[in-house]
Amino acid sequence: MATAFLKQFTNLEPEGPAWLTAIRQRAIARFGDVGFPTTRNEDWHFTSPAPIAEATFEPMRAPTGLPDESTLAALLPGTADWIRLVFVNGRFAPTLSRPDAAGGVKVMSLAAAYREEPSLLEYHLTQRADIVDPAQVFTAINTAFMADGAVVQVQPGVSTPVPIHLLFLTDDAATGGVSHPRVLLVAEPGSNATVVEQYASLGGSRYLTNAVTEAWVGDGSTLHHIRLQQEARDAFHVGTTAVHQERDSHFLSFSFATGAALSRINIFSGLHGRGCGATLNGLYILGGSQHCDHQTRIVHAQPDCYSRELYKGVLDDASHGVFNGKVYVHPEAQKTDGKQTNNTLLLSERARIDTKPQLEIFADDVKCTHGATVGRIDETALFYMKSRGIPNTQARKLLTYAFAAEVLETIPVDILRDGLERMALERFTGTTDA
Amino acid sequence: MIHISDLRASVGDKEILKGISLDVGAGEIHAIMGPNGSGKSTLAQVLAGHPGYEVTSGSVIYQGKDLLDMEPEERAQAGVFLAFQYPVEIPGVSNAYFLRTAYNEVRKARGEPEADPLEFLDIVADRLKLVDLDEAMLQRSVNAGFSGGEKKRNEILQLAVLDPALAILDETDSGLDIDALRTVADGVNKLRRQDNAFLVVTHYQRLLNYIVPDRVHVLVDGRIARSGGKELALELEARGYDWITAEQGVGA
Ligand SMILES: Nc1ncnc2c1ncn2[C@@H]1O[C@H](COP(=O)(O)OP(=O)(O)O)[C@@H](O)[C@H]1O
Ligand SMILES: [Mg+2]
Repeated sequence: MATAFLKQFTNLEPEGPAWLTAIRQRAIARFGDVGFPTTRNEDWHFTSPAPIAEATFEPMRAPTGLPDESTLAALLPGTADWIRLVFVNGRFAPTLSRPDAAGGVKVMSLAAAYREEPSLLEYHLTQRADIVDPAQVFTAINTAFMADGAVVQVQPGVSTPVPIHLLFLTDDAATGGVSHPRVLLVAEPGSNATVVEQYASLGGSRYLTNAVTEAWVGDGSTLHHIRLQQEARDAFHVGTTAVHQERDSHFLSFSFATGAALSRINIFSGLHGRGCGATLNGLYILGGSQHCDHQTRIVHAQPDCYSRELYKGVLDDASHGVFNGKVYVHPEAQKTDGKQTNNTLLLSERARIDTKPQLEIFADDVKCTHGATVGRIDETALFYMKSRGIPNTQARKLLTYAFAAEVLETIPVDILRDGLERMALERFTGTTDA
Repeated sequence: MIHISDLRASVGDKEILKGISLDVGAGEIHAIMGPNGSGKSTLAQVLAGHPGYEVTSGSVIYQGKDLLDMEPEERAQAGVFLAFQYPVEIPGVSNAYFLRTAYNEVRKARGEPEADPLEFLDIVADRLKLVDLDEAMLQRSVNAGFSGGEKKRNEILQLAVLDPALAILDETDSGLDIDALRTVADGVNKLRRQDNAFLVVTHYQRLLNYIVPDRVHVLVDGRIARSGGKELALELEARGYDWITAEQGVGA
C-alpha cells in the first residue's frame, strides 16, 4: 500500500550524500502526490499494478545464510571467470563477489561508490531515470529507498573481454519483502563492455523486486546489457533500465524473462548524438497465470541513428504477455532508421498477448517500420516431424524452442547464448543439445 | 509388406481417393503414376497419417498391423517413411539435431540403444556420401533456405539414416537435374534390399529408367485405372495419360 511506503520512508536513515537525500525526498513526495498508477494510465493499460499496490511489502529481511559457489554456478553456467557482484535480499554480499578495479573497469557496490566515486555518482546517479512521470512511480520509489546496488565504470577506450555479472538473489527470508536494487553503468567514450544483470531466486515468495538501472553510453562506445528476470514464480518484479546514448554509441539490450507472477520491464533509451544505434531484443517464456509486460521506449533526438527491436514471446496456459514499443522521432532526427518486431507463439487457447507499437514521428526523412505476428505451432512442420518418428509432445517442444532460438541467437556472448539456449531447450524438451 | 484395400479418403466433402487397392510385397518396387491432381500425394500422405485427410472406408494392413489405427510417429517408428513432395522448412532446428532425434526415436521403438552425438555423426557421415551432400548442411536448419534439389536429397538422406521397411517417395524426381536425379536413384538402389519395399510416386517416366519398378500403377481421379509391368511406364511416356483417362471415362 502507498501509505506503507510513505511510512517506511519516515523511518529511513538514508545513506549517501546530501544531494541524494534531497532527491530521495523529492521522489517520495512525488510518489505521495501521484500514488500507484491504475489501468486508466495509458502506460499501464494492459497491466494492473493492483496486486503490488494493494499488498504491503516490508523492507526485505537479511538472508538466512549465503549460497555456495556451486549453487551460484548453476544459475548461469560458464561464468566462473566473470567479474561479479552478488546481492542477496537486496544486500551486497562481498564474500561472494569478485569486483575488479584492474583492467580498466571499476566495479563496486553503491555503498563503496558513495565513498570512492562521489563525483561520478553526482554526475550520473538519478540523472537518467525519470521520477516525475506518474507512470514511473516505481522509479520514484526506488530512488527514495535505494540502499544497495552496483556501480560499473568502464574507463575510456577500454574493451573488456570478460563480462560483468550483477547477480541479485533472494532466499527464504525474502518472503513478503521488498528490495530496491539500483545499478549505474557508465561506459566512458570509446569503451566496450558487456553487463549481465540477473534477478534469480533461491527461495522466498510473494516478494517485490523494484529495480532501476541507469546507463550512460559515451561517444563511440558499445554497451551490451543482458537482463535476466528469473524471479520466483509468485514474486513481483518491476525493473526499469534508462539509458542515455552519446554520439556514435551502441546500446544492445537483451531482456530474458521467465519468472515472477507479475513483472513489468521498462527499457528506455535516448539517442542524443548522431550515428547511434540501439538494439533492444527480448524473449519472454510464460506459463500458468504469469503476466509479463515489456515497455520499450526509444527516443531518436539526433539524425542518422538506427534502432532495432525484436521481442518474442512464448505463452502457455493462461499467461498474459504485453509488449508496448514506443519510438519517438524528434523533428531534427532526420535519416532515422527504425524497425520493431514483436512475434508471439501461443501454446494454449487461454494465453493472451497485447502488443502495441507506438510510433510518433516528427521528422520527414525517416524509415520506421513495425510488425507483429501472433501464431500457433506450425501444423505442417509438426506433421513433418511426427512423420520422422518424433512424438507429438517432443515435436511441439522442439518447434517452440526453434521459435525462441531466432532471438536467442542475437546474444553476443557465446557462453551466455549457449547457456540461455540450453535453459530454453530444457524447459521445452527436457534435453540439452540442439 | 503393405496391403491396401478399397481405400477412400476425403477432405471435407470432397472425396479424393475413391477406392484404392494395392499390394506391395517385401523386396518390391512399385511405381504410382498419373496426371496432376489424380490423388498420388493424397495417397502418400494418407499412408503417412496426415491428419488433414479423413479416411472414410477401406483398410491398410502394414506388416500385419492396422496402419490407419496408428499415429504418424508410430508409423514412422514401425518403419514407414514418406519422402515429401514439398519438404517442410523448420527454421531454428538443426538438421543434425532433427535427424538424430528421429533416428533415436526409431531405434528406441525397435528396442535398440540410442546413439550419442558422436556415434551418430559417424552414421550420418556415411549416409551423406550416398546422396552427395556436404557435412556442413547438418548445422543448417532443416530445409531452411535449401535449394529444391537439396531438399529432395535431404529427404533421401533421412531415408538412408532411418532405414525404413516401406519407403514412399513422392515426386522425389521433380525439380532435380539429371545428375541429381542419378545420385538420388543410385542412393535408392543401394538401399534396396529383400526385406524392404519402395512405393515411388512420379509424374514422369524419367526416374523409372534408374529405379526400375516391378509394377506400375496409373492413378486417375482417385482410382487405379491400370496396372502393369515396367513397360507400362514407357507406354505412358509415348502416349501420355489421355488414353487411360478416356478409357476410364468410358468405363465409369
Ligand atoms: N488438403 C486438401 N484440401 C483440399 N483439396 C485437396 C487437398 N489435398 C489434395 N486436394 C485435392 O485433391 C486432388 C488430388 O491432389 P494430390 O493428391 O495432391 O494430387 P497429385 O499428387 O496426384 O498431383 C486435387 O484436386 C487437389 O486439389
Ligand atoms: Mg503430388
